[in-house]
Amino acid sequence: MKLILHVWRQKNSADKGRMVRYEVPDVNEHMSFLEMLDVLNESLIAKGEDPIAFDHDCREGICGMCGFMINGKAHGGFKRTTVCQLHMRHFKDGDELYLEPWRAAAFPVIKDLAVNRAAFDRIIASGGFISVPTGSAPDGNAIPVKKQDSDLAMDAAACIGCGACVAACPNAAAALFVGAKISHLGHLPQGQPERDRRALAMVQQMRVENFANCTNIGECEAVCPKDIKLEVIARMNRDYIGASFTNRPESGSGGVG
Amino acid sequence: MELISGAPIGPIETAWERHKFALKLVNPANKRKYNIIVVGSGLAGGAAAASLGELGYNVQCFCYQDSPRRAHSIAAQGGINAAKNYHNDGDSVFRLFYDTVKGGDFRAREANVYRLAQVSVNIIDQCVAQGVPFAREYGGNLDNRSFGGAQVSRTFYARGQTGQQLLLGAYQALERQIGLGSVKMYPRRDMLDLVVVDGQARGIVTRSLYDGKIEVHFADAVILATGGYGNVFYLSTNAKGCNVTAIWRAHKRGALFANPCYTQIHPTCIPVAGDYQSKLTLMSESLRNDGRIWVPKTVGDKRSPDQIPESERDYYLERRYPSFGNLVPRDIASRAAKRECDEGRGVGPGGLGVYLDFSDCIKRLGAAKIAERYGNLFEMYERITGEDPYRVPMRIYPATHYTMGGLWVDYNLMSTIPGLFVLGEANFSDHGANRLGASALMQGLADGYFIIPYTIGNYLANSKLPKLSADVPAAKEAFCNATNITNKLLNGKGTRTVDSFHRELGKIIWDYCGMARDKSGLEKALGLIPQLREQFWKELRILGANEEFNQSLEKAGRVADFLELGELMCIDALHRNESCGGHFREEYQTPEGEALRDDANYSYVAAWEYKGPGQSPALNKEPLAFDYVHPSQRSYK
Repeated sequence: MKLILHVWRQKNSADKGRMVRYEVPDVNEHMSFLEMLDVLNESLIAKGEDPIAFDHDCREGICGMCGFMINGKAHGGFKRTTVCQLHMRHFKDGDELYLEPWRAAAFPVIKDLAVNRAAFDRIIASGGFISVPTGSAPDGNAIPVKKQDSDLAMDAAACIGCGACVAACPNAAAALFVGAKISHLGHLPQGQPERDRRALAMVQQMRVENFANCTNIGECEAVCPKDIKLEVIARMNRDYIGASFTNRPESGSGGVG
Repeated sequence: MELISGAPIGPIETAWERHKFALKLVNPANKRKYNIIVVGSGLAGGAAAASLGELGYNVQCFCYQDSPRRAHSIAAQGGINAAKNYHNDGDSVFRLFYDTVKGGDFRAREANVYRLAQVSVNIIDQCVAQGVPFAREYGGNLDNRSFGGAQVSRTFYARGQTGQQLLLGAYQALERQIGLGSVKMYPRRDMLDLVVVDGQARGIVTRSLYDGKIEVHFADAVILATGGYGNVFYLSTNAKGCNVTAIWRAHKRGALFANPCYTQIHPTCIPVAGDYQSKLTLMSESLRNDGRIWVPKTVGDKRSPDQIPESERDYYLERRYPSFGNLVPRDIASRAAKRECDEGRGVGPGGLGVYLDFSDCIKRLGAAKIAERYGNLFEMYERITGEDPYRVPMRIYPATHYTMGGLWVDYNLMSTIPGLFVLGEANFSDHGANRLGASALMQGLADGYFIIPYTIGNYLANSKLPKLSADVPAAKEAFCNATNITNKLLNGKGTRTVDSFHRELGKIIWDYCGMARDKSGLEKALGLIPQLREQFWKELRILGANEEFNQSLEKAGRVADFLELGELMCIDALHRNESCGGHFREEYQTPEGEALRDDANYSYVAAWEYKGPGQSPALNKEPLAFDYVHPSQRSYK
C-alpha cells in the first residue's frame, strides 16, 4: 500500500517547526509503524535529506521510549498499543496520516517527534518510591499480601511512562502517570509508611513541572497503552486530600541522642 | 597475562562470607570523598548506583536512553530465580548453584555461581520491600513457576513483565538517591572512551545525544553495566540502542574480553516476517510450561495445523528429552528447532518456524486461566502476527537474545584494568556457555545490590588515587580519540546508510557464527568482516553534524564497534575446538547431535587481549576447576 505522511519537522527546540509531506510507497502490512518510518528514513538519507528523528528502543511496547500522535491520537489510538507495536495492517492504501510529537509545556521538543520527558523522572524522584536501604529487607513472605491488592498494584505498576496520557489530555495533566505510581505503592503494605508524604510530594512536583490539573475528561485512560484506569486518579486525589488534612510539620527534636 | 580470579579457597559454602570479612572498608565519613561512575542504568547499573549512593559515595550515572527507567532489563518477561524453596520441592542454594553450573555446560567459575545462588534469596526480599508486585497466591504468599533447565519451581514473576517491575524497583531506588543528591544522573549520553591514568580507570568520555557535546568525567572508580552485545546480529531481541561500545572501547584500553563466542539464541521468538524487519520479539520461556512444541512428521506438510491429526505431529522435545520435555535449556531447544527446520519440517512462510501449541492446556485449564498467566504475551503475539494464539498455535523460531561473554572480571567483579568494574550481562562471569532462563535478572541484581557495594570499597581503601587535574594527558588523549572517531564518521563521503552495513554484518554473524558454527564458515566470516569494515569507513554516509540530535551518528559509532567485535567473536569461536552450551561447532557433536565438550583441552575461560589495530588479539587463559559439580555430559533426557 501507499501512504501519505505529514510529519512535524523541527530542527531543535529553538526552531519553530512545520509539517512536511512525504509519500511512502510499498508499505507492507506486516511492518510495524516504526519500521515503516525506518524505510522512509533510509530513502530520505539516500536523497541527502535529514531523516526524521523519533524516539524508540525496545520496540516491544515495554520501555516507553516511543510515542507520537497519529492523526491527533496518541500512539495512533489503538487499544493497548504503543506505536512500536502498531502494525500497518490497520491502515489502508492511500491513507493520509499526520504525525506530531507529544505536545505539552512540560515536554519540550528535542527534534521532530522526539520530546524531553525528564519531568516524569523528577516526579518519581520527589516521592515515587519506598525507602528501603539495600540489604535491610525482611523475608519476602514475612508480610502476606492479599492477592487482590497485589494484582491491583500490578495493574497500576504496568505504566511505562511513555507520556501518552499527558499528550492526549487537553490540559496536559500528568494525573494518570502520578496516580498510577501512587496506586501501585499505595496498594501494598510496604507502601503505607510513606503514603501521605508520597502523595503530597508527587502532586507538588507535578505542579512545579507545569503539568495542569485533571478535569476528569478521561482521554488519558482511552489512549493508555497499558490500560491504566482513571480510578488511579481518584486514589491520588483521595491520598492527597487526606494527607493535606493530617499533614503535620516534621518534629525537629527527634532522633538526636 | 596471568588471570587471577581471587576466588577464596576453602569450603565454597562460606567463601563469600569469609571474603566479605577480609575486604577492607571505607568509613562512612570518607565515602563522600569518593566519586564513582556507573555507566548503564538497568538492573545491574541502576541497583549499583542506588546502593552506592545510599552508602554515601558520590555517584554519577549515565545511560543512553532518555530515562534510566528504559534500560533493556525492562523487557525481560518470565521471571527471576531464587533458591527460596518456598514450595518445599527440594530446592536449595546448592541446587540452584548446581543447575546453573550444569546449565552453563561447565564453563563458569564455580565460586561466582555459588555466591550468585546464595544472594538470590536476598534479592527477592529486597524487591518485595521496594514494592515489586510479584504474583501472589490467595494466602498472600509469593507464587512461583518453573523454568527451563530446572526441575523445581523457583522462578518468581510479575505477570509477563518481571523485568519491568524489577527495573522499576531499582529505578525508584535510584531516583530516590537522585532526589537526595547522592547520585547525579546523565541521561542520553553515550560512553565513547575510558580514561586510564597510570594503569587505573579514572574516568570516561561521553557524548551528549542532545547536542553532541563531548565531555570528560573523572572518578575514583568506573563501573560498566552496559548490557550485552547481541545487536551484533542486527536482528535480536535486544532494544535497538543496545550496543557494545562502552565495553569494547574499554577492551581497547586494556580490559580483556572473555568468551565472546558464547551467545545465547533463545528458542521462542516470533519468526522473521520480511527484509524490513528491525528487531525480533521474544515470547517468554515461561510459555514452555504450558505450550507444547511440535512440527508435522512429514517433510513439506503444508496443511494448516488444525488439519494435522495428532498421529502426524512430532512433539520432538518431549520425544527426545522425556524427563525435561518442553523445558530443556535454551541452547538445546534452539538447536532442536533449527534441526527440524533444516530437515524441512519447519512451518510458516519460508519454513523457519515450529509450533508452540496451547490447545491442550486451554482444554485442561480453560482460556481464562491461560489468559491470567500469559495474557499480555498472547496479545503481543497477536498484535505482531495478526494471528490469535488462543485458536491457532504460535509459530516460533530461535533468535539472538543474550550474550554470556563479556569483559573478564575477577571475583570482585573487577576487570583487568584496576578500578574498572563490570556488572551484569556486560561481564562474562556466571553463566558459562549457556544461561538458564530467569537467571539474567538474578545476576544483574546480585551484582548491583549485593556484590559491588562490598568489593568496590575494598578497591578504594587499598588504592592510591591521586587527585587529577582536568588537563591530565590521558584524559586529553581519550577526549581527542572520541572526537576523532565522531569526525571520521561524519566525514565519510559515501552513499550507504549505517543500517545497511549493520544488516550485512548481522547476516554474516548469523550465518557463520550463529546457532551452529564450523571451521570453514568461521574462516569465511573472518575474510568477510574486515572487507565490510573497510567498506564501512569508505562508503558510509552520515548526514547532519555532531552538534545536534543525530540518531544516524549514534548508530554509526555503535556499528563501527560491532564490526570489530564480530571479528573477535569468530576468532574465539574458531579457536574453541569443542561444542559447549551456546557455542555449537558442527564438527564436535555426539552421535545424537548434542554438544560434545573437550574438557581436557578447553576447560578454561578464553580472555582476549587487544593488541592494536590490524593486530591479532592475544589469548589468555583462566583455567576452570570444578570441585563441587563434576563435569559430565549434560543430559536432559
